[in-house]
Amino acid sequence: MTGYSVSTSGLGVSYGRTAALTDVTIDLAPDRIHGLLGRNGAGKSTLLSTLASLRAPSDGTVAVDGGDPFEDERRMEHTCLVRECGDVIGDEPLTVNLDWFALARPTFDRAFAEDLLDRFGLDPRKKPQALSRGQASAFGVVTGLAARSPLTMFDEVHLGMDAPARHTFYEALLADFAEHPRTIIISSHLINEIETMLETVTIIHQGRLLLSEEADNLRARGATLTGPAAAVDRLTAGQTVIGSRDLGPTRQATLFGDLDTAVLDRAADHGVTVGPVPLQDLFIHLTEHPTRTEAHA
Amino acid sequence: MFDGREPIYVQIAESIRAEILSGALKEGDQVMSTTQYATTYRINPATAAKAFAQLVDEGVLRKQRGVGMFVTDGARTLLRDRRREAFFTERLAPVLREAALLGITTADLIAHLDRQPQEGDRQ
Repeated sequence: MTGYSVSTSGLGVSYGRTAALTDVTIDLAPDRIHGLLGRNGAGKSTLLSTLASLRAPSDGTVAVDGGDPFEDERRMEHTCLVRECGDVIGDEPLTVNLDWFALARPTFDRAFAEDLLDRFGLDPRKKPQALSRGQASAFGVVTGLAARSPLTMFDEVHLGMDAPARHTFYEALLADFAEHPRTIIISSHLINEIETMLETVTIIHQGRLLLSEEADNLRARGATLTGPAAAVDRLTAGQTVIGSRDLGPTRQATLFGDLDTAVLDRAADHGVTVGPVPLQDLFIHLTEHPTRTEAHA
Repeated sequence: MFDGREPIYVQIAESIRAEILSGALKEGDQVMSTTQYATTYRINPATAAKAFAQLVDEGVLRKQRGVGMFVTDGARTLLRDRRREAFFTERLAPVLREAALLGITTADLIAHLDRQPQEGDRQ
């Protein structure tokens, strides 16, 4: 089974008179790991719920595996959205919950689910209502991974997990994704932890699409220059500097946009080192000053 | 691990080349699988696969179907030959420019080099 492609065109979703999403057009290729970023209330969960057909678009269209997923049996049972709220039966043991997931998901792998329970240290006889927040998150991850759905989405699921549990999640996800490629969309605030796993990055801000592009392209558009302040200033003159900080006589300037690569190549001659910009820094910049960056783009 | 601006697959390919040059990876050695790479460095398996594909194209790695990726015979020589050219154009040229700025003459440089232990001569 291969992954589903996902696209939206002019997607709008409203709650009464409040627009949660406006004119969102994205195109996510199958069998890749996509990152969905946005600040609280940006519309990430609304977008994922709409892709999972938990709500219908108010405007525009959604296509999963090339067609409208809404009330489409095949597409819906092959789409798995794991939410922080869990979507579990609270007073039935985990093992019974897994029985229900296995019924609802044709691609569910029960043995893999049991193995994951073990890896997260979850007792299958326990009931979801008796789990701590971290354990409940881990159980969500177990169901999402074991579903092996052609479209699998994790909506902030791993926020409640501690660092070792998150490490287990990333490792299980990457290893299983390598064996069973499928389309994965992860939304998370822990950007620096997931950055290198992502093949594309989509950022929504205040209900609108800010960007959706290859992670490598995004990386190529940013650079930090670190060195003597005067040399850094000379090199960055005329470029879009989105941040700057000084440590004694050393200055670090962060550039973003259409970079002058000739300048970057010359940097070493001036005692200036060139480094990457963490995705988290770009995200903070873009969602703090979205209009300013658009003007430069 | 990934402290460069280049795409991650380029950085992975470069780190494998460096391991071959240093002898940490020997000719005929098996390199980690894409899955091992992905989980060890928390990167996308496709990214690791892209790095391997590039090294296969360069003749540094070979794929043995169903078994894995191996360092080719002659990989180290291949890399060394290519690096030698780059050494003069990419590494030495900026040093010589800096030397000129500082008023260091060719004679000063030669005198300095003559005092260094000659690591390369022993090989």
